[in-house]
Amino acid sequence: MKSSSLKIGLALFLVLVIVPLVFRSSSYSMTVLINAAILGFMSLGVWLTFSIGRINISQGAFGLIGGYITAILASRFGVPFWLCILASGVGAALLGALIGLPILRLRGVYFSMLTLSLTEATRLVALTATGVTGGASGILNIPTPFQGENSYLELYLFAAVLLILGTLAVWRITNTRLGRVFRALQQDEALASSFGVNVSAYRVLAFSLCCGFGGVGGSMLTMFVQSIYPTSFTVTDSTNFMLYCFLGGLGSVFGPALGALVLFLGFQLLAPLGAYQTLAYAAIMILAMLVLPNGLLSLRLPKRTHALEKANVS
Amino acid sequence: MTTLEPQMQNLERTGMPVLEVKNLTKRFGGLVAVNDISFNVLNHEILAVIGPNGAGKSTLFKLIAGAETPTTGTVLLEGQPLTGKPQHVVARLGVVRTFQETTIFKEMTALEHVMIAHHLQSKAGNWGIFAGSPRAKSDEIDFRSSASQILGFLGLGALQSEAARSLPHGHLRALGIAMALAAKPKVLLLDEPFAGMNPDETDRAVQMVRGIRDLGITVVLVEHDMRAVMRLSDRIVAVSFGKKIAEGSPLEIQNDERVIEAYLGKEDDELGV
Ligand SMILES: Nc1ncnc2c1ncn2[C@@H]1O[C@H](COP(=O)(O)OP(=O)(O)O)[C@@H](O)[C@H]1O
Ligand SMILES: [Mg+2]
Repeated sequence: MKSSSLKIGLALFLVLVIVPLVFRSSSYSMTVLINAAILGFMSLGVWLTFSIGRINISQGAFGLIGGYITAILASRFGVPFWLCILASGVGAALLGALIGLPILRLRGVYFSMLTLSLTEATRLVALTATGVTGGASGILNIPTPFQGENSYLELYLFAAVLLILGTLAVWRITNTRLGRVFRALQQDEALASSFGVNVSAYRVLAFSLCCGFGGVGGSMLTMFVQSIYPTSFTVTDSTNFMLYCFLGGLGSVFGPALGALVLFLGFQLLAPLGAYQTLAYAAIMILAMLVLPNGLLSLRLPKRTHALEKANVS
Repeated sequence: MTTLEPQMQNLERTGMPVLEVKNLTKRFGGLVAVNDISFNVLNHEILAVIGPNGAGKSTLFKLIAGAETPTTGTVLLEGQPLTGKPQHVVARLGVVRTFQETTIFKEMTALEHVMIAHHLQSKAGNWGIFAGSPRAKSDEIDFRSSASQILGFLGLGALQSEAARSLPHGHLRALGIAMALAAKPKVLLLDEPFAGMNPDETDRAVQMVRGIRDLGITVVLVEHDMRAVMRLSDRIVAVSFGKKIAEGSPLEIQNDERVIEAYLGKEDDELGV
């Protein structure tokens, strides 16, 4: 107990004090860190839909939805930023519940393909509904409170705190009866419903929470870059959220944050390769998946896994 | 919790039907899996549904439990219609089924299986569970002790903390029944509870089903093991090709010509004759 709270304290100190102290003068580093934190936060939602047994490739759509809600509220109605974030989260979650209800009946590759199309469909809606979204020219010069010389630091701290709170919330869900119900759905929906679990309600709950994370993340990114376009989130982003979870590890709530940091940072570090950046990135991804099928976090769990296996054998 | 206290005063088998199955029909495209089947289940009886493979027994159970919607017909529980209600609502109203195939959650222990199956007994809402409300905490304590009591009752007491996937087949069948009991059913539907068991295991399981009835729970079971069915059931409904062909006491069923005919080509002793 003591040693674990010490570890947590050290980790918080590192993330909230040391990292900003070291990198605050480099706007490039701060940009990478802010992006990684927000993308990690959005991946947390995707991780939750993994826990009910659905591979979700629609998080980009809800990032876009959250982004547009914030852009419109802030630039046309002068709504304060914290209310924009809230509205983006709640709006995306509600829309997610509405869309989730029918599509969550599907599973496996059918669900995944449908969510992927949802990302593309959302982009097309944003492109066509010019009256609301400004079409291809997007919405620019979105007012945010993050101005002036400390704006990177403030945004980083805000995003980092959000990521920490989000991870805590998902950790809490996972370790209570809610998480057990989610995992039961992942393995056998018919069995769960036989003892009275309202399967469709819990599926929608998990998916809607996921979309809420997407909406909040989209809102944050929009405020960071102060603009939004139909291409601000694409199918590639939706796929990346899924990959962050895979590479970080589906077995731990820290997987999404770690995956987002390593992969986003990794992609930036490959920038000198120019035209070969994406190719190298893909090759490294494939290798990583082959070597670490259970994600990066499986590296530090060998003891516990062995204990589990022994318990199962005896 | 008082899950397992026998309700002796109610044990009298009353003439009142607790479950009424009325003209149930289920079509899958051109195939009529269940064809106009009607029967009543009396309070606190053990009723067996028998019939050759593919006769429509599992489909019949799915229709009663709300896992499938009947093409036509109705099911009443204590006079209230169940038809059209989804499975989790039917379970809440008091009809719970087990599965013909063995189904478990990997990575959960036996105790965790039965604890999660107490879902319907939850007093805390989702938000309370997330926030760790006092109700959520007392739920957790109640579920744990009730689950451990149910496992003990079914003879799995020593295996509580075993990972379910490492349990032998016979115990897994019992674990399925333990989960169903956790939902506190009035009527328990057991789909082939003795399938794949050796004679010893079957003997114990027969005792177990009697014990469940003695708790005041009405039991309807589908079973192939005729010896067990004849010993255990108060009444039997026989189905063949989706139709009910006979209904009566074990003795009546044993001597029913249509039943014998439906089983023709099978060993005589399958009917326990
Ligand atoms: N979902 C389904 N779709 C199509 N046919 C089905 C379905 N479920 C069952 N059947 C068919 O209905 C018939 C009865 O099946 P079932 O109820 O499982 O029989 P039993 O349990 O008596 O062996 C079989 O011919 C089976 O193939
Ligand atoms: Mg069957």
